[in-house]
Amino acid sequence: MIRLPLVLFFSAVLFSTGVYGVLARRNAVLVLMSIELMLNAVNVNLVAFSQFWHDITGQVFALFVIAVAAAEVGIGLAIVILIYRNRETINVDEVNLLKW
Amino acid sequence: MAPDQIVFWVFAPVSVGSAVAMLFQRNAIHAALFLIVNFFTLAVFYLVLGAPFLFAVQIIVYAGAIMVLFLFVIMLLGVDREESLVERLRGQRPLAIVLGLGLAAEIFVTARASLGLARGPANFDETVNVGGNAQALSHVLFRDYFLPFEVTSILLIVAAIAAMVLAQRRERTTVEAAGEAEV
Repeated sequence: MIRLPLVLFFSAVLFSTGVYGVLARRNAVLVLMSIELMLNAVNVNLVAFSQFWHDITGQVFALFVIAVAAAEVGIGLAIVILIYRNRETINVDEVNLLKW
Repeated sequence: MAPDQIVFWVFAPVSVGSAVAMLFQRNAIHAALFLIVNFFTLAVFYLVLGAPFLFAVQIIVYAGAIMVLFLFVIMLLGVDREESLVERLRGQRPLAIVLGLGLAAEIFVTARASLGLARGPANFDETVNVGGNAQALSHVLFRDYFLPFEVTSILLIVAAIAAMVLAQRRERTTVEAAGEAEV
């Protein structure tokens, strides 16, 4: 059995990597990919705690997270395509219409 | 060392390495390929952590469906565009280092606290995965979490319709011409 702190540390590293990607990258598609990375790190945590507490509910929640992530990617990429069609760019720094 | 620990120590560096490599790729296609590697290693983790059903779902949904969607959009928007990795905000880096160190300290404290939680190596397959992981999962999913399951299906339908409506190219010539003709 893998010890819980190891898995928690591993998923924390993955999550931090995803956060860095969201904050530092400017390509909107890469930002979405970094969000996927963060969601996956959360999933690893859920599954690890599911094994630790001998309760399968964590795996059910991981399943829900995967379904919601699929929906999120569909909408997100559609929005990215729409932005590209209107603004000719997917650089998130240049999409600043809502910035005050 | 137990077999699952060996698997963990083999795949954890690959997973973290592919995630970091993904961030520092200028080419979006290469980043997507590294992300696929990361998803596969995470699937292996699910297998080791006693979730073989999630292993299959991870490969089918993430490495299959979602990454194909990503690659499709990257191809659609043009693969040759490269972005600079230079930061633009002033004073961002020192602040980020301070806050990052704070986060690392928090993670360290949390991991230390969870050290005390260590349990005996009871076998997950004998206590929870009775009759198979998919069976145990479906018992909980379709009994205790049936309403959220149905809501998720509605969410997926709405998301699919919304994606179609958003990405649809408006037919300027026919629709607006018809509208102007009516006016």
